[in-house]
Amino acid sequence: MSAAEEAQAAQSVRNGWLLSTPALVILTLFAVGPLLIVVVYSFLAPGQYGNVEWKLSLDGWRGILWTKDIFDDTYGLADANVTIFWRSIKLSILTTVLTFAVGFPTAWFIATRPAKSRALWLFLITIPFWTNLLIRTYAINEVIRNEGLLNTVLIKLGLISEPLRIIYTDTAVFIGMAYVYLPLMVLPLFAAIDRFDMRLLEAAYDLYASRMQVLRRVILPIVKPGIIAGSILVFVPSLGAYVTPRVLGGGKQMMIGNFIDLQFGQGRNWPLGAALSLTLLIIVTAALLIYVKYANRDVSNGH
Amino acid sequence: MSQLNAVEARHAVKAFGQGDNAVRALNDVSVEIRKGEFFTLLGPSGCGKTTLLRLIAGFEMPTSGTILLEGADITYLPPNKRPVNTVFQSYALFPHLTVAQNIGFGLEMQGRPKAEVKATVDRMLALVKLEAMAGRKTSQLSGGQQQRVALARALAPSPKVLLLDEPLSALDLKLRREMQSELKRLQTETGITFIFVTHDQEEALTMSDRIGVMSAGKLQQVGTPREIYTRPLNRFVASFIGETNFVPATSDGSTLTVAGGYQMPAPAATKSGAVTVTVRPEQVKLTPTAEPGTLPATVRGVVYMGTDMNYQLHLADGTEIEACVVSDVTGEAALAAGQTVGVTFTPGSLQVLED
Repeated sequence: MSAAEEAQAAQSVRNGWLLSTPALVILTLFAVGPLLIVVVYSFLAPGQYGNVEWKLSLDGWRGILWTKDIFDDTYGLADANVTIFWRSIKLSILTTVLTFAVGFPTAWFIATRPAKSRALWLFLITIPFWTNLLIRTYAINEVIRNEGLLNTVLIKLGLISEPLRIIYTDTAVFIGMAYVYLPLMVLPLFAAIDRFDMRLLEAAYDLYASRMQVLRRVILPIVKPGIIAGSILVFVPSLGAYVTPRVLGGGKQMMIGNFIDLQFGQGRNWPLGAALSLTLLIIVTAALLIYVKYANRDVSNGH
Repeated sequence: MSQLNAVEARHAVKAFGQGDNAVRALNDVSVEIRKGEFFTLLGPSGCGKTTLLRLIAGFEMPTSGTILLEGADITYLPPNKRPVNTVFQSYALFPHLTVAQNIGFGLEMQGRPKAEVKATVDRMLALVKLEAMAGRKTSQLSGGQQQRVALARALAPSPKVLLLDEPLSALDLKLRREMQSELKRLQTETGITFIFVTHDQEEALTMSDRIGVMSAGKLQQVGTPREIYTRPLNRFVASFIGETNFVPATSDGSTLTVAGGYQMPAPAATKSGAVTVTVRPEQVKLTPTAEPGTLPATVRGVVYMGTDMNYQLHLADGTEIEACVVSDVTGEAALAAGQTVGVTFTPGSLQVLED
């Protein structure tokens, strides 16, 4: 390489850095910066009235799963925290499973419509996004509360005499999250099914596969990237959900999101809140890494 | 004896759409396909040949009529319950499976033991010469290789009948020729009845034991390639397969007068009155002068085709015909444009058409 060429290459590298500077500055200030503050706070001691005291402490991290006995200062497992973690994970998994069970037939239905009406169906799926999450959650509240739509109809029909107690239970949170996150499952599933070659169905059917076998051996493996993408898109925000458990869980059926909020509010334990946030981040990152691994494997298989 | 027939369609009708808008893709088709033969359904696109194939495969149910497989009624049996497999035009290979897994798919779905599946897959890989590709994904194969995987996959469960829906149409000419002989070889080696759908008359003539020519939802003629070529029953069959001439003629039941001059004995059962006869260009013989007993004609044009010399002729009654003569060593035309020549036909080469 000649000196002139080298100089030119160096120049283009400099230009590249120069052009990315605005993006890098914004990312540093607004993505990396706040995250660093959270990391730092998680290793400090809580202040008397919120905020933090600049004193190194691991109590925040310890507080995720352990609690200090008020009498003898020994640490025991914090049952309440474990319950909250377990509820978050359980409800997120249930939400993912339910949105898949409802979303797969929906996506299949849309993908098999003629091109003209397909756009309309997709449009209908996205309509809930147009309204504020809080409003939609209160709408669900209106449906499932004791004097709500569902119970009124069931009582009028004579199917039940007492209203079903759904509101402020795990079930309510689960129903609400499944409703809110359903489109996030349907859209990637639709994209995958839309690419699916329907002629493969005839081929499999011709080769003695039953309907169940066609589904399990041909359709599901081929649309798997869509299933994984949809599951991640539903599971991740479910895990950190705040509004839905707050409104439909009534403050008692807390999930991680509400628990974090509590530490920064009434709990006045910012380090614990910061440590909890990072724990959530780690769980989500782990889930995403698994996703990337699966997605890459599928891409390498496809070529 | 219907036991001898691999597949039989009886008065099969398939209509698409409702009421007045209904289109009859198949209009009362009856055909018997014998065990172990290479049967070709030949016709232009939209003639109903693929619809008939789909009725046999079970992807469609006929509006009326029955489909028999070795004498048993399978009209309403779903595809996964029929011992019939299909090679699709698009191949429809499973992209998430390897070559070997694709070939073994049918056997696995039938619940055959693992050892048997593996042995059959190995045998099939050898049959289509793809042993080296067993572990590849199908997307890593060339068009010809994918074609062979599709064949092996459909043959692996040893179907009673193999259906092939224009399987060669996506291949280039050279590969298509190779696959034609390959298909013929596979059919002979396996002894399985092949039903092959194509719009390519050359393919049909070179590969088939028998051909069914279809047009407008009807079976026009069934016969060996030779019968179809030399004895077409009607104008459609004559013109669809090879080049041909149509010449008006009159018949009194015993003598046929062609183009108002040339006389010959009429074939048995020729109806009296005006008829149309067909004759292949290579059966048209030319003499340099219009001698008695020949049809006088004027040479309109000469086209050198390499092996053949093609003459366009204008008969005295106004009919235009073509003659095809093997070129001589120089490639020079023996006859010049504008010249008056005598036309005769090879005895027995004239075929009286039904319509």
